[in-house]
Amino acid sequence: MEWFRKSSAPQKGEPKKEIPDGLWTKCKNCGEIIYVKELEKSFWVCNKCDFHFRIASQDYIRLILDDGQLEQFDDNLVSDDPLEFKDSKKYTERIKAARKKSGLNDAVITGTGNIDKKPVSISVMDFTFVGGSMGSVVGEKIARSIERALEKRIPLIIISSSGGARMQEGILSLMQMAKTSALLALLYDEKIPFISVLTNPTTAGVMASYASLGDIIIAEPQALLGFAGQRVIKQTIGQDLPPGFQSSEFFLEHGFIDFISHRKDLKRNISLALDYMAVQPPGQK
Amino acid sequence: MQYLDFEKPIYELEKKISELKEFADGENLEISNEIKVLSSKLEKLQKDIYKKLSRWQRVKIARHPQRPYSLDYIGYFVDDFIELHGDRGYADDKAIIMGFGKIDDRKVFLVGQQKGRDVKQRQFRNFGMCHPEGYRKALRGFTLADRFNLPVVIFIDTPGAYPGIGAEERGQAEAIARNLREMCRIKVPIVIVVIGEGASGGALGVGVGDRVYMLENSWYSVISPEGCAAILWKQNPQEKYEEAAHNLKVTAQDALELGIVDGLIDEPLGGAHRDPESTAIKVKEQIIRSLDELEGLSIEELIRGRIGKYRKMGVYKEV
Repeated sequence: MEWFRKSSAPQKGEPKKEIPDGLWTKCKNCGEIIYVKELEKSFWVCNKCDFHFRIASQDYIRLILDDGQLEQFDDNLVSDDPLEFKDSKKYTERIKAARKKSGLNDAVITGTGNIDKKPVSISVMDFTFVGGSMGSVVGEKIARSIERALEKRIPLIIISSSGGARMQEGILSLMQMAKTSALLALLYDEKIPFISVLTNPTTAGVMASYASLGDIIIAEPQALLGFAGQRVIKQTIGQDLPPGFQSSEFFLEHGFIDFISHRKDLKRNISLALDYMAVQPPGQK
Repeated sequence: MQYLDFEKPIYELEKKISELKEFADGENLEISNEIKVLSSKLEKLQKDIYKKLSRWQRVKIARHPQRPYSLDYIGYFVDDFIELHGDRGYADDKAIIMGFGKIDDRKVFLVGQQKGRDVKQRQFRNFGMCHPEGYRKALRGFTLADRFNLPVVIFIDTPGAYPGIGAEERGQAEAIARNLREMCRIKVPIVIVVIGEGASGGALGVGVGDRVYMLENSWYSVISPEGCAAILWKQNPQEKYEEAAHNLKVTAQDALELGIVDGLIDEPLGGAHRDPESTAIKVKEQIIRSLDELEGLSIEELIRGRIGKYRKMGVYKEV
């Protein structure tokens, strides 16, 4: 089971961006040397051991949406600094650096597109931006994405990848959990389907809000999923964690996700599920 | 009375006054002038200390071992309390209490996170840290209240949702997430008071409602100062709690300024434990005022108002 444990818990010091720059790369899980072009063709999954490399939000858009076409909304929203938070670095500087490094304005891109010609409202989180953390911008963009699904009466897809709420925005970040979940209550009552996709990692505040509220929940293999951080759990209980703890497979075993999907099948799985979960006419509470 | 580290000068002066009184009584001495001088000195000292509390000091007051807990408030102003148990699925989480009760003849449903007073009770209550079954027990309560049209009153007081193997196996994240959504679908008024600690998702999991009030010395944050310090300062994080609490803006005053809560409830100088009964009266009055405000609303107005309240939260810029 050692291979299993290793991949489910990202090692310390591992670069956040898993996509290699060179011609050849080594699989983080099995050590296989892989030609990058090959890896690209296989959706960034190791063809020897099926390890799913972490990919950018844009890659999911290309993978899921017809022709990789997203009509993006709300990309003009950026973080403010309501707490004037400062540790070794000012929060404003941290955000500036993240924007420069990732080319993104925050940790989620949102918009509309088609999946096998079915229109959807979609949000894709990006771990490269401050660990995919949810502050006011992520909360607001997800909220608007839910509202778009409500207005247009189209299904909602959220692909999560997040370490949780963004500490530097304090309680405002916490309240994004309530804000997004409150709007999901409206979607729920309107019988508009919501598919939640969990990728490595989806934990804490994001896992404890919208990511757990899908009508169906799909996870990529061997993703780290959970509420509390492993270090905190270890410290609290004073013992080692069992192998495979807080992985996609663990979540499936305990009944908290519907199934695990290989990345190459993700679009097909979402598309099929959407066929069964047709948006119901308004007023059918 | 137990004193906190920063209350040491107050403790010493209070001790001096009571020793002097004792001595004077025994010797039949007239020292009322000295007492008067010392008492006014004490008053000034208390004001100096309590009016300039740092955020971390307020966290310490919120955790004071003698601070009133949920069941204490229920004892002060709830009549005919019938405690209900269990989530009907797995267990009865002792870190959360709930039941029917009356506040001035008004029938309500009460839910509270519960800490223990002594070592045994603390363990019994799991230090006020809920497992998933605690959130599911609360949801069962909310649903029951909804069915029988009883307004819900919630007391928040937790150092966090429990981080353990069983809690993860039984879906801590799912239990909290579900409550966030379902509390927006409950068709009766929900009034919440943060009475002590409001630690992150563990608090929010029973914290979505129409009115949220905080006691003056309670705290509410996305992470505890200790948790924040451990993430930001790998070396000696214990020396950084003050800075972390300051950075995170964890106090009730901060939450009010950030537009997260509807108002604050005053505590006696030094904290609620200095006079639990007078604190309880203020808590009760605020609950009644809030229930009065909410009772006139239609279900639609109530739900729209509740969702709208959270919809507005967040601070961002547009470029």
